[in-house]
Amino acid sequence: MIEKEIIKRIGELARIEISPEESSNLQLFKIIEYVDKLKEVDIEGVEPMRGPQQQSLKTPPRQDKAIQDSTRKDILNNAPSLSDGFFKIPKVIE
Amino acid sequence: MNLNLIEKSGYEIARDIKDKKINPEEVYSFFKERIDKYNPRLNAFIEAYPDFSLSSSQNSSLFGLPIAIKDNICIQGKEITCASKILSSCRAVYDATVIRKLKEAGLSLIGTTNMDEFAFGSSTENSCYGPSKNPWDTDRVPGGSSGGSAAAVAARLVPFALGSDTAGSIRQPASLCGVVGFKPTYGRVSRFGLVAFGSSLDQIGPITGNIKDCASLLDIICGPDKFDSTTAQAGEQNFTEALGQDISSLKIGLPKEYFGEGLDPQIKERIEAAINFFKKEKVEFVQVSLPHTQYALPAYYVIACSEASSNLQRFDGIRYGQRAQGNKLGPVYEKSRRLGFGRETKRRILLGTYSLSSGYYDLYYTRALKVRRLIKNDFDRVFKEVDAILTPSSPTPAFKIGEKIKDPLKMYLSDVYTISSNLAGIPAASIPCGFTKDNLPVGMQLMAKDFDEEIIIKIADFFQSHTDFHQKIPQLK
Repeated sequence: MIEKEIIKRIGELARIEISPEESSNLQLFKIIEYVDKLKEVDIEGVEPMRGPQQQSLKTPPRQDKAIQDSTRKDILNNAPSLSDGFFKIPKVIE
Repeated sequence: MNLNLIEKSGYEIARDIKDKKINPEEVYSFFKERIDKYNPRLNAFIEAYPDFSLSSSQNSSLFGLPIAIKDNICIQGKEITCASKILSSCRAVYDATVIRKLKEAGLSLIGTTNMDEFAFGSSTENSCYGPSKNPWDTDRVPGGSSGGSAAAVAARLVPFALGSDTAGSIRQPASLCGVVGFKPTYGRVSRFGLVAFGSSLDQIGPITGNIKDCASLLDIICGPDKFDSTTAQAGEQNFTEALGQDISSLKIGLPKEYFGEGLDPQIKERIEAAINFFKKEKVEFVQVSLPHTQYALPAYYVIACSEASSNLQRFDGIRYGQRAQGNKLGPVYEKSRRLGFGRETKRRILLGTYSLSSGYYDLYYTRALKVRRLIKNDFDRVFKEVDAILTPSSPTPAFKIGEKIKDPLKMYLSDVYTISSNLAGIPAASIPCGFTKDNLPVGMQLMAKDFDEEIIIKIADFFQSHTDFHQKIPQLK
């Protein structure tokens, strides 16, 4: 029961509606139990590795120059709802 | 027109085009007809383009050849689905850098291939278009997540394809389908235009019938890109120069952690046969140890799901794809994502959200990043001693459709041998090295240190010059 509550809460954070039935099919806590294996590892003094990039790989800055492209219409064409060339969404403020 | 292009490699067909024995449009029609005939049985393609088009006359080594693209790479004006309902009828508005490079090199895009939704999976069963089938046995999975690409190349519906690899998604399906799959070093190939899954892990790479085609494709797609700041500046290289080289005096490591429990005895036998082949060629083998291997899978699931939960926030039904009905924004997000995402996608987003949430961040995410460092250190230490590492690509041959789909942990174990190289960022490839008694392909994995793809190409090319496993083609009824 508690697990279902937690999943519902994470679902809210992730903005996904989760039905109680789906909640158990996800087997989320089985996986969390499995990744708990990481607690066995001695990580004292180890630097976190956020990505594989070497320090020597530097990104040169791009020139501060505007680039024109003509994708605006194509981007808008993908939207489920439009109004006057803008994305149309349900009311945010009551 | 009586053509038999299926027994030819890509570079041989390219040579025929150059010699004017055949033209690119005829090649395209040949493969398009094969797709039309066999795809209903294999479900390897999501879309096959009816019309031939070539946007460059540049004479690259693969000029005029068709290529298939995993459906998470943007092709301007074409639908991009990631095999997810949430992206239905969304069209890419620009070309991924790899697509631009392929077009400039004079390749023609023949269609998009099936995959696990957003590349989450190891069997291509998590696709809203249904599973792809393994051409060696259509009751079995082709592996995943680039299963459509691997199945299409194995069945010679196309000479080669692009896939993406976050945990083995190029190499594991290549292994299960008996083709070559190459994950380059992180930073070698631009990911601009690849729908992001785990940004510190994702790499685009080729799936081909042989290593020569693979090297030619790498030559075309690699290199620094101003649109992807993670690409390596010293990236461009001539990989085809690594072909046809001598390999005696090389030293290859066999990590003991990759030959233990869980490895199918028939796979072990084929890998040992490959090792014996190399030994006869004066290659030296030493046993090595990568002691943190057992923690790669749990570290990966924390890191990859955390990154995925963040990357997939953009799929909210507002700017593209499917939107659920409703008159309040919050519930519209929540319903759109409930209806649009499949189960594995939800599982991974939730897992990632959990491990990034307040109170759990250090416990899971930061801890996993530290374990990742230890895994990388293991490789750094071993590569001081050896030129390359040889392992199985997958613990089992192709499994039955439905066999693992209800047990996520069982499914995750399919990537147990491929996952560490993504965490470390190093290059790795799967090369066909035999068949089981049931005639299912077996692949060996070669790994090398950062930016040393050449050594893998060298070893694989030598192997393929002396064996014919990569030339076997499944009989499609």
